[in-house]
Amino acid sequence: MTTVEPTDTLSYPAARGGCPFAPPPAYQHALDENPISRISLWDGSSAWLVTRNEDVRAVLGDRRFSADAAVPGFPFTSESRRALAGPPTTFIRTDPPEHTRLRRMLTGDFIIKRVAAMRPEIQGIVDDFLDRMTAHHPPADLVSEFALPIPSLVICLLLGVPYADHEFFQQHSRILLNNLVPAEQVRIARDELTDYLRELAERKRLEPDDRIISRLVARDDLSVDEAARTSLLLLVAGHETTANMTALSTLALLRDPEQLTRLRENPELTRGAVEELLRFLSIVQDGVPRVAAETVRLGGRTIEAGEGVVCMLSTANRDEALFAQPQELDVTRDARRHVAFGFGVHQCLGQPLARLELEIILETLLRRLPGLRLAVPYEQVRFRRDTVIHGLESLPVAW
Amino acid sequence: MHVSVDQNRCCSSGQCVAAVPAVFDQDEDDGTVLLLQPSPPANLHTAVRTAARICPGQAISVQESPEPSQESHESQEH
Repeated sequence: MTTVEPTDTLSYPAARGGCPFAPPPAYQHALDENPISRISLWDGSSAWLVTRNEDVRAVLGDRRFSADAAVPGFPFTSESRRALAGPPTTFIRTDPPEHTRLRRMLTGDFIIKRVAAMRPEIQGIVDDFLDRMTAHHPPADLVSEFALPIPSLVICLLLGVPYADHEFFQQHSRILLNNLVPAEQVRIARDELTDYLRELAERKRLEPDDRIISRLVARDDLSVDEAARTSLLLLVAGHETTANMTALSTLALLRDPEQLTRLRENPELTRGAVEELLRFLSIVQDGVPRVAAETVRLGGRTIEAGEGVVCMLSTANRDEALFAQPQELDVTRDARRHVAFGFGVHQCLGQPLARLELEIILETLLRRLPGLRLAVPYEQVRFRRDTVIHGLESLPVAW
Repeated sequence: MHVSVDQNRCCSSGQCVAAVPAVFDQDEDDGTVLLLQPSPPANLHTAVRTAARICPGQAISVQESPEPSQESHESQEH
């Protein structure tokens, strides 16, 4: 076995190429030629970029790689990510056993059966927003009128956050997930949203309901501050991701009439199509950062203790070792081994909810709007830039 | 085939339950894995192998029976 010396250092983040759904060509090239590459980050530090599916799983499933941003060498993928890393922190930046303790306060709310029981309620919400969007003449912006409000309302119901405040928390969430917002501004947005949720948690302590925030604040092993920070994580993660998946999935299908027709004519394929769209779009475009807490051999390389690693989910999901013709969108493929939700103990807590929402959203959209189409030339569709989560600024559609 | 689960490794993703509800379930309180059938029938073996492979916590172990049954597909999936 030959070891390739890490001579070439890629600059991170790399720009996307001609296809806005595909990973940046530089990352794809790394997957093909040098799957564990050196990258140089915004602050001049360097880290390893891990691109293969097998290696990404190995890192994210190995507890010798820490998710704790306080461990020296942790790679911050932007200045705003460093500004948000804490302390104080939340369970996504904590290792077991503390991570396990915090996460298991929430896992009961996301078990498959409990989420499945929400189907009629989510279907009602999806139908309602689609009714509203189609009540006026086309065009409509699918992002602001459909893709964003649905998961926002659903996560509000789960948490017990008043949906009437959606403009406030949607705007703050967008700031928190933008990599170009200056550190000070991103901290202010975080603090304002935390204050809002802390006040809400205090109110729930006096007037409890059966929603998540109320139950968190009732615990004697969690402070109000911890409950507020945990709620912030769920609120932000709960709507931006599903919203962007909805918008990008719609666009990807509209751009691929053969796949769109196959899915529309065979709605029983929708569950599998959601997995394939998760794989194909891999919206967590920054990748997942970790730091080696001890020296680890990985894919023929030695990762020294204290070195940062960025696991690139998008390339891992287009790895030919696991997916035949990975650049093709194929709604009939069994894509379940994708790592779009991450891997290991930090894998997305809300994934059963995200899957159910996306399944209902796509099935309903295709069934009820057989004439769904872009209302602007494709070239005018505006993709988000410099965001942690890939997505669209807007998606003008007609039907 | 013999299946075992490690609840300490489980991170409650529920993917095993989605893949093979006849073999796996989740604890009502924290969503950790419950094993319903340690020796599932042959018609479920492929789905159980998939469940073990997609488990993010690597909490599911599958011990294949000694007799030469179906080969597990470790390479490409379609």
